[in-house]
Amino acid sequence: MDTSLLVIQTLNGLQLGLLLFLVASGLTLVFGILDFVNLAHGSLYMLGAFFCATLTIWLGSFILALLISLPITALVGYLVERFVARPLYTRDHLDHVLATFGLILVIDTLTHMIWGPEGLAVPLPDWLRGQVTLWGDTVVPTFRLMIIGAGLAAAGGLFWLVNHTRLGMLIRAGASNRTMVSALGIDIEMLFGLVFALGAALAGLAGMLIAPITEANIGMGNGIIITAFVVIIVGGIGSIKGAFIAALLIGLIDTLGRSFLDDIFTLFMSPTAAENSAPAISAMLIYIIMACVLAFRPQGLFPPKVR
Amino acid sequence: MTRRTLLTIVVMVLVGLLPPLLYWSGNAFYLDLATRLVILAIAATSLNLILGYGGMVSFGHAAFVGLGAYAVGIPAHHWLYGGMDAIATTSGYVQIALAVGVAGFFALLTGLVCLRTTGVYFIMITMAFAQMAYYLILSIEEYGGDDGLVIDTRSEFNWISLDDPIQLFFLAYVSLVIAMLIVRMIVNSRFGMVLQGAKGNPERMATLGFNVYVFRLVAYVISGAMAGYAGALLGNFTTFISPEMMDWSRSGELMFMVILGGASTSVGPVIGAVVFIVLEEFLSHFTIYWHLPFGLMLMAVVLFARGGFVGMLTKRKDR
Amino acid sequence: MTDILQIQSLNKSFGGIKATDDLNLSVQTGELHAIIGPNGAGKTTLISQLSGGQKPDTGKILFKGRNIAGQPAYKRASLGITRSYQITSLIMEMSVLDNIALAVQAGDGHSFRFLRPARSISHLRDRALELLKQVDLAEKADHQTVALSHGEHRRMELAIALASEADLMLLDEPMAGLGTHESHQMVELLRGIKGRHTILLIEHDMDAVFALADRISVLVYGHIIATGTPAEIRDNEAVQHAYLGEE
Repeated sequence: MDTSLLVIQTLNGLQLGLLLFLVASGLTLVFGILDFVNLAHGSLYMLGAFFCATLTIWLGSFILALLISLPITALVGYLVERFVARPLYTRDHLDHVLATFGLILVIDTLTHMIWGPEGLAVPLPDWLRGQVTLWGDTVVPTFRLMIIGAGLAAAGGLFWLVNHTRLGMLIRAGASNRTMVSALGIDIEMLFGLVFALGAALAGLAGMLIAPITEANIGMGNGIIITAFVVIIVGGIGSIKGAFIAALLIGLIDTLGRSFLDDIFTLFMSPTAAENSAPAISAMLIYIIMACVLAFRPQGLFPPKVR
Repeated sequence: MTRRTLLTIVVMVLVGLLPPLLYWSGNAFYLDLATRLVILAIAATSLNLILGYGGMVSFGHAAFVGLGAYAVGIPAHHWLYGGMDAIATTSGYVQIALAVGVAGFFALLTGLVCLRTTGVYFIMITMAFAQMAYYLILSIEEYGGDDGLVIDTRSEFNWISLDDPIQLFFLAYVSLVIAMLIVRMIVNSRFGMVLQGAKGNPERMATLGFNVYVFRLVAYVISGAMAGYAGALLGNFTTFISPEMMDWSRSGELMFMVILGGASTSVGPVIGAVVFIVLEEFLSHFTIYWHLPFGLMLMAVVLFARGGFVGMLTKRKDR
Repeated sequence: MTDILQIQSLNKSFGGIKATDDLNLSVQTGELHAIIGPNGAGKTTLISQLSGGQKPDTGKILFKGRNIAGQPAYKRASLGITRSYQITSLIMEMSVLDNIALAVQAGDGHSFRFLRPARSISHLRDRALELLKQVDLAEKADHQTVALSHGEHRRMELAIALASEADLMLLDEPMAGLGTHESHQMVELLRGIKGRHTILLIEHDMDAVFALADRISVLVYGHIIATGTPAEIRDNEAVQHAYLGEE
């Protein structure tokens, strides 16, 4: 196992983990405060990518496009809250799941109609296209470092928002005691809308960051949403700290598992056996970890204190 | 006779008679459609046992169907290309047993974990486990990975040929009727009373002395095994299987059938499957974007019409 | 007389609040033992710990001499403890008779039986109907549970507790929310079953408690401050001070 590959894969795992956190934090916020399951959260991730791709092509600036796409995605999130989620708060989770499943079909098809079936590439400016040499011949693409930087910044911003602002105070209070927040005379509907919009912006940001690597494409949201579920199940539904730790854990384990599991397996089985079983096991790795966590802690690693 | 019984009989007679009649009068296409419908109705019926009667919102049911299909495809693949002698066969009995066994076992393993949780956790975990099965199959190159697997030889039985579409249809139809009767029998039994009681009030059931977890687990395994059987039929019907069969949107469609048709009624899942197939066929004739009206309809049903079709058709009389 | 239930140094806190504070209590076989105490004294928390809904932090619950503090609810039920709920806890989607029949079924061997329709098993049905007659609900047997009144729900709770033929019945405020007439009816029902079952009764209705109980314990801030006959409790100064005096 060579160190350079290990470093690069660790960075890749970190990158995946941070993107997962951006998606999962919105999910966990929405669930923790609104008790609402939004399957279509992945669609917001996808929409963020498409908005950013289109705007980058129009404006010629990725950064500018990203900054404009954020509020647009947040607005979409707000509209989803207003017209789909809000009428369903009093219903059970089954209804949430069915309605937002319908919403996924709607958003996916609309995306298909507007942008066509092909993926949409996002051109990057030159300064983001190069590579950075870490040492010797260990190089990483500049943009991947930017994803990690932006992801960390967003995570930091979110922690600051939740822990040090009035909005954050309300969010934390709302997560543990909804009636108390309404009793404080807070416009609870506005708070819910804001939380949804915030979650949408975070998921959208993840989509915008990954789009230059993978292109914006229609299936992208539905792939990441389940992994994000795994993250919040492991982290404990409703906990941002749990989502952060679990996201990094899942991102690293998934990435490193895929690249090194066969090497690890050869330590105690024949190379052929390792080669045959490693892909299957690494594909299941994060789910196995989820199952293990649940077997010992059904409420996840960091369950919110009161619900 | 209650309205609901009447509705069940009418629907089942129509589903059983209409497609063969159309087939014999030269419209082979409709038989194909109906076979798919009936097979999906079996899967939906199995889901209804846990979702409708047991209150377990499983969003991973397509995994059982997919595993059942691969339990036909993989032995057939090895029979043709060699390897894995232990399971290389085209015998329908072995394949069906394998389908039911593998799906049931997967239900047992995953059920042990996910039934420790309830509510949203349960929804997400069933989804995640289904995705695990999806990625597992996807990662095995020998079985085609993403590209899927062609079933060259259908399951072989000594008294029926699945290559004949009309025989395949009747096998599926009879299976559906039996599946409905089995679910009905389970639901009305002592076991079923506990299962339904646990849906309504699990805490009370525990206080009465029932270990709710075990009852749910047994129902979950039965349901998974039944869906595995439906998967075996589906593999034989399409003769092409791919991990996409286990995609969570497939699970969502099965849920749609149960809920739209009418959960915790015998005929509900069948009506749901009819509506789904008709919509898919009808809408996709007009537009390749048929998922748009379909999705809008799904949202409208959830937002405005509750109780599904059976509820609408039998309002006020029964219940 | 032997003690069917002994609670020794039971403790349970939620956050910083002690809901059960070094609680000791014995219930004798065959008696109707009432627990009274002001709101928030921890009465329902105590019942939950006895039935298995909540786990105590420390302490022992000896039922027939065996510590059951760590057992899950369904195990305790099979050992012979049943409870009714202060907030009606029935299966609303089922008929009245089905609710009671399920409770009868619970005491009739295992329920992993898949073939025969449960509703055609006559001994379950007959016993359930008998119980409904006992609580004066026979004519409502085929109604949907959700359609019944609050008072009728309370009586269904009692019928379910009776169905288990448990050695120890924990009744959590069976009179909660009942009007005068219905309360009288409930008192008479309880008087009818008293002596045949050991009952631990939690109740706010003082007239009912003093009319029915063999012994009364007073629970204040999670701690038993006195136990005795109704006459002893009525005369106990500490009780008057802590509780009755405030009325």
